Amino acid sequence: MLCQICKDNTATIHLTEIEHGRRTETHLCQQCAQKQGLAVQAQIPLNELLNNLLAAAKSVPDAKDKAVGFSGPDVPCPACGITLRQFSETSLLGCPNDYQHFHKELLPLIERSHAGHSQHCGKTPSHAGKQQKNEVELANLRRRLEQAVKAEDYETAAQLRDQIRQLNETR
Amino acid sequence: MKPANLANQSSSWFGAEGPACDIVISSRVRLARNLAGFEFLPCLTPQRKQEILDKLNTVILSLDLGDKVFFIDVDHAAALERQLLAERHLISRQHAVGKGPRGVVIAAGEAFTAMINEEDHLRMQVYAAGMNLEQCWQRISRIDDEIEKRVEYAFDSQLGYLTACPTNLGTGIRVSVMLHLPALKLTGQIEKFVTAAKDADLAVRGLFGEGTDAIGDFYQLSNQVTLGVREEQVVEELSKNIVPRIVEYEKAARQALLEEKVHSLDDKIQRALGVLRSACLISSQESLYLLSSVRLGVNLGRVPNVSLATVNELFLVTQPAHLQIRAGKMLDADQRDALRAQVIRQKLANN
Repeated sequence: MLCQICKDNTATIHLTEIEHGRRTETHLCQQCAQKQGLAVQAQIPLNELLNNLLAAAKSVPDAKDKAVGFSGPDVPCPACGITLRQFSETSLLGCPNDYQHFHKELLPLIERSHAGHSQHCGKTPSHAGKQQKNEVELANLRRRLEQAVKAEDYETAAQLRDQIRQLNETR
Repeated sequence: MKPANLANQSSSWFGAEGPACDIVISSRVRLARNLAGFEFLPCLTPQRKQEILDKLNTVILSLDLGDKVFFIDVDHAAALERQLLAERHLISRQHAVGKGPRGVVIAAGEAFTAMINEEDHLRMQVYAAGMNLEQCWQRISRIDDEIEKRVEYAFDSQLGYLTACPTNLGTGIRVSVMLHLPALKLTGQIEKFVTAAKDADLAVRGLFGEGTDAIGDFYQLSNQVTLGVREEQVVEELSKNIVPRIVEYEKAARQALLEEKVHSLDDKIQRALGVLRSACLISSQESLYLLSSVRLGVNLGRVPNVSLATVNELFLVTQPAHLQIRAGKMLDADQRDALRAQVIRQKLANN
């Protein structure tokens, strides 16, 4: 069956309306249905959910009520420097530490994406558990080193490089 | 091994053998992994990407993956080669058009591929022809164990394997089957299948073409939930519960067509064959539609002189990059349509 509007694509959305006892049927393709404002939500709208969270955060200062959404400023992750706003644009995080840094904000999103689950079960690496505590610090130093080199601040860069070397040796 | 050498042959997983292969074209299990101590892709400098690429490449090539193992430097491959790899489902379209140091290891007649620096540091997948998810899972899990002995994955005891996108967290597993469902489509029941799949938290996508459009009645069905469910559960749910039911529905729909509408069914199949055997210009969309009808006809025994392997091969080799590599030069749309028509005529005449 072809779409009634464009008469080009296959109709995949079938709408039955009953008004004053009269029944009308409309058959549309996805694109035309969307143009008519009949949105079909196929996948989990990750971006949308995130934008809602961010919008809630924005409105907090005015309301003097910090119960809605996440409160406080959008503090970048100390390791990779990414903010929630940046994440909301791409749906991609910057480093493993983001899951700790943004834990509170990400949890509702994670639960929604995974049918309410928030605890892993399944394969586990045999050397899991002895996670490096220095990873965040190292990533942070590396990022600052890069900035220092860019700014041609070689004194700071040399200090940072020594700190990185030291940390790497204790690993 | 040059990617171009792949252009004239069928993939081992796009075969004409395997359980329920008239309906289930192939099974696939993919795992997403990241290395501890490295940022995710969006925050990596080119140097760090290169470091990951070298590290994972060395580790994977040191494993026993059978013979014919090769690595392709995707960043330095020609655009046409990258497109070819994407058309053969060896890399994603995203990986083909991405930026920076990245690559893919291909082994076992294209049944194993490992993309390095795609959305995650490592995305590996195992394919099998027909309905064979358990076998895919066992193979990829063994390979994963071997890699894990040599590198440290980013892992959290609560959230499992950490991935760049939170939708892949936990097991990082994507279990999928590629289905050919022409009879459900013809009998107007495909929407029911799509709705039922979505209710079961499964994603439905088209196999060929962009986006969710399922051109040629090919559908890819895969799990969405990766956290809080064991890998074996995901595999079992699809392989024991969901896919066998869909296969039964498709079979029943095929039987109903044979019993109630055999003339219109034969008409559709023979007309498709007629156009494919005589067209001088044919677009990739039209050929997908028509080949789908012929594939149905072959599987129902209505087309005696054409083999399933031939039809399957045509789906692959009539794609744009495949045609251009065969021709050895860039072709515009008209030239591609002419070459596609020629390739199809020859293949179908030989049978």
